[in-house]
Amino acid sequence: MSPDTITMKGIRQGLLVTLGERDWNARLRVLEARLGANPAFFRGGGKGGAMKAKVITVTSGKGGVGKTTLTANLGVALAMQGQRVVTIDADVGLRNLDMMLGLENRIVYDLVDVIEGRCRLRQALVRDKRLSELFLLPAAQTRDKSAVRPDDMVRVCESLREQHDFILIDSPAGIERGFRYALAPADEILIVTNPEVAAVRDADRIIGLIEAEEQGPSWLIINRIKPDMVRHGEMLSIADVVELLSIDLIGIVPEDEAILIAANRGQPLAFSSDSSLAGQVFHNVARRLRGENVPFMPLCEPGTLERFFRFVRSGGN
Amino acid sequence: MEFFKRLMGRRREPSSGEVAKERLRLVLAHDRTSISPALLNTLKDEIITVISRHVAIDVEDVQVTFSQSARESRLVADIPLLIERGRRKK
Repeated sequence: MSPDTITMKGIRQGLLVTLGERDWNARLRVLEARLGANPAFFRGGGKGGAMKAKVITVTSGKGGVGKTTLTANLGVALAMQGQRVVTIDADVGLRNLDMMLGLENRIVYDLVDVIEGRCRLRQALVRDKRLSELFLLPAAQTRDKSAVRPDDMVRVCESLREQHDFILIDSPAGIERGFRYALAPADEILIVTNPEVAAVRDADRIIGLIEAEEQGPSWLIINRIKPDMVRHGEMLSIADVVELLSIDLIGIVPEDEAILIAANRGQPLAFSSDSSLAGQVFHNVARRLRGENVPFMPLCEPGTLERFFRFVRSGGN
Repeated sequence: MEFFKRLMGRRREPSSGEVAKERLRLVLAHDRTSISPALLNTLKDEIITVISRHVAIDVEDVQVTFSQSARESRLVADIPLLIERGRRKK
């Protein structure tokens, strides 16, 4: 376990002990203060030198919560912010990151070709024509996850670290082999969940497995939140999910039809961040990953009036 | 109408969001500790047996549950004693 991990755990527990359960905004402020105060957490690879890329694995346990969409958008956002980015599709046999990025027609070689020595790593990287410093290392589609071992992923990432700033790995769903090899090279882990019972439960399981492996730090992204439903008490709130999972939050993404439309076109929403809230959110997460102190956008805090009615309805408790 | 009902009725139905949170709280505690609800019941029964061997307790009101803080789970037993009540009745 690295000293960083120990500090993170200490801070995390300290945070939750000293703050009231419901005071999630205060918790967020502490997180932001820490991001500002200690950017070393976020810069440079934890396992490499100061100038090397940071490897971030995006995972969730449950499928369909938005891992691939998030990876594509964070890749685009980071590249738009001048970072040199490689996105790796680790979902061998069920590749989709290429579709999200709109690069599916340009694939020649894939991850398994690299691992089995049929091509050099550089030949398998697909360069995005819209952003010259955004690359995709696609998964093999006709193979399965037994073609990749954890140390293969570590080796691939090691050879990419030198010439890039961020390596984003899109992990497969589940807790089996694919999850294991996607996790192996990670300096940091983004855990994606939706505000629904199955996704939160699976995220908790993943957090437990990551802690058992002494990997991390891990950050939570709550995806597809519907502020209106939260307001009416018909959806878990951000505070609920953060409290249940007890890990630090790095992003809140509202449900947005534009995300599906963007996937239809293979043009991630982060490209047009001015016109959509979700696109803006991806850029904010990217900036936080780079160590910037970016306040969370208020999405679903109940207004004063609503708080009053809730208070009255609950009988003054 | 709905509004007045809500305003008047002090005991409202919990919203589905609250139900979800409560269910998750319990199931996560079970997942994290690998203590099943059945095992929790066994623990409860045995705690009752051991304690009532020495002091009188209100068996009906014994509660054995999980409490959650950070990523740490605790087993919490709430065991009402019968002694005080008995004395007052005399």
